Amino acid sequence: MKVCMFHLMPYRDLPADFVSRYDSAFIDPPWFDVADSEKVGEYYNATLDELLYAAKAGFHGVCTNQHHQNVYGFMANPSLMGAVLAKETNGRNIAIVQLGSTLPSTTPPTRIAEEYAMLDCISGGRLVAGFPTGLPSDAVISNGIVPIEQRERFREALALVLKAWSAREVFAWNGKHYQLGMVNLWPRPIQQPHPPVWIPGSGFSSTAQYVVEHDHCFCHLSYFGAKNAKAVTDRYWDYAVRNGRDDNPYRLSFLQLVGVAETDAEAEDLYAAHAEYFFHKLLYSPQHYLAIPGCLEYGALVQTLKSNPRAAVNPLELKAKDFYERGYVVVGSAKTVREQLLDGIKELRMGHLLALLHFGSMPTALCKRNIDLFAREVLPYLADQWDDKYEDHWWPERLKSPSHPPPQAGEGREGASPAMAAAS
Amino acid sequence: MASAETRRLKLWQGRIETEVEISGNGPPLVYLHGPWGLGPDRAFVARLAGQNTVYAPKFPGTSRGDTEAAHALDTWLDLVVYYAELFDALELSAPAVAGHSFGGLLAAEIAAASPKSVGRLALIDPVGLWLDDHPVQNWMVLPSKTRRSFLFADPDSEVAKHFFDAPPDAAERVETQAQFIWSQACTGKFVWPIADRGFAQRSHRIVAPTLIVWGDADRIIAPIYAREFAKKISGARVEMIAGAGHLPQLEQPDAVVKALSGFLAG
Repeated sequence: MKVCMFHLMPYRDLPADFVSRYDSAFIDPPWFDVADSEKVGEYYNATLDELLYAAKAGFHGVCTNQHHQNVYGFMANPSLMGAVLAKETNGRNIAIVQLGSTLPSTTPPTRIAEEYAMLDCISGGRLVAGFPTGLPSDAVISNGIVPIEQRERFREALALVLKAWSAREVFAWNGKHYQLGMVNLWPRPIQQPHPPVWIPGSGFSSTAQYVVEHDHCFCHLSYFGAKNAKAVTDRYWDYAVRNGRDDNPYRLSFLQLVGVAETDAEAEDLYAAHAEYFFHKLLYSPQHYLAIPGCLEYGALVQTLKSNPRAAVNPLELKAKDFYERGYVVVGSAKTVREQLLDGIKELRMGHLLALLHFGSMPTALCKRNIDLFAREVLPYLADQWDDKYEDHWWPERLKSPSHPPPQAGEGREGASPAMAAAS
Repeated sequence: MASAETRRLKLWQGRIETEVEISGNGPPLVYLHGPWGLGPDRAFVARLAGQNTVYAPKFPGTSRGDTEAAHALDTWLDLVVYYAELFDALELSAPAVAGHSFGGLLAAEIAAASPKSVGRLALIDPVGLWLDDHPVQNWMVLPSKTRRSFLFADPDSEVAKHFFDAPPDAAERVETQAQFIWSQACTGKFVWPIADRGFAQRSHRIVAPTLIVWGDADRIIAPIYAREFAKKISGARVEMIAGAGHLPQLEQPDAVVKALSGFLAG
């Protein structure tokens, strides 16, 4: 089992009346009314600090992501964040999980191939190359991509990136969306023919099927918890079986909001405001920005119109205790958290848990405490899961074997969890 | 009026199947629907069939069972050449062409690309031009709370209230909603994110007598655009429709039918 720390880098100090003042957390809120560049500078630095803190605490990976024009998370270029993380974690047994740069909205996509290759080189071969299609509001509004072309662009771009990483000769790419006469990428990733490829998906579209066909890792970045993800992951595993893939849990990554404290009561109290801030303010996304015509293929559109389990839920009507009870957020003592997480891990067959240990308005001190408790008292109990039977084929090769530490090793392992210390 | 017939044509090297609803008697009139598909315009098309044989093709990708045709055309050149192929297959020679919204731009582009292929041109609240001081509202991302007031002069009218309706039967509901959304996706491919793809550079080629019809309360494309289109198309006449928004053919069908009938008979 691999456990990574995920971070959205949200705006942490929205006004109390944010929801009544604006119609959406995306696209609409005017920067100069809501935000402050000095504060945002602090948030970017705090985000890097928190991820690096997790790296030192013994997590297996740290995750960045790309979003635009919203209060919910705005690492507009995750490679900038990844570069800092790669440099600062050199010598540590930790993956740089870019989840990642959005191919359809980057022209030419070889820019991302180059940035990822740089990250792989800087980190000594520790990159996990994540390729999201991008939220509709990101790709088609913020970046102007034609909605009905978002997925075909994605597929063409990924094929181009993979070829560009390992081609021995200069080649020409004559695609539908991209035409490049001479491709000869500098640099190439250390990991050949390519770093592990992870692809996020919401579960509605054809992404899961695509991932199975190409033997990549599917990342279900849901905010509704393992308890509510069974239908999506069952569908994924069903595709996998039908396409002759094995049941290796490392084919699946899953995101989960987690808050740990000394006791259940303390955790419920400590994280309540931040859970409500997350679901009420940061996820405040109206249908017209989520469901833009063309972003779902026709088949997926019909499926969603037939039954969309999320359409019935209005997070604004729920309180923290509802988010806990429904499993959107796993909170409690270390014992409670590890029991709930293990249930979800087994139920969904997830090999990579992406723990969102900073959510909402959480200050750095609380986030670091959450990281500490998780790393010390939860992670060691999860880490052994699956490893007796399965190998993680979607993980950097150099991080798998303790006998082949990454180059430039040398830093100590202060704060490492028992499991990580034993493994190193 | 002759009874309506639906003809299904397989064109474009077999990659696109297009249903064309044909009705009425008289000189041929091609009607090109807007972003919401042919469905909402059927009653209006039936009125036009009073004095014309109306050919109403569904936009590529919106014919039943051929949703993937949306991926067989990529550029405006593809699109205009495809419609030339369709006109040929229907054996139409310089028909009158009317279009609404996106369909209006399509009609105008066909008339500009091949001036002799269009006998008369009627544009109802067409997209295709851009004024920085009057940005066109993106009709594909309208908030559900306010979308009726963006589209209709009277958002509380019966026609406005029923525009987004779907049948109660579950299967029919899904089909209707999917068509409604997918039609926007397929047409939106050619105008996203801004419905200005250079028509102003080609508009001088149009020679067909042209009527421009505009709802005087259009909040998607401000009525000032009627004048802009008239400036770009030599000899074009403008007719404003009172009490109508972006869909005057639904909101004030009598006035629009009257305007078109007079023009087409002329």
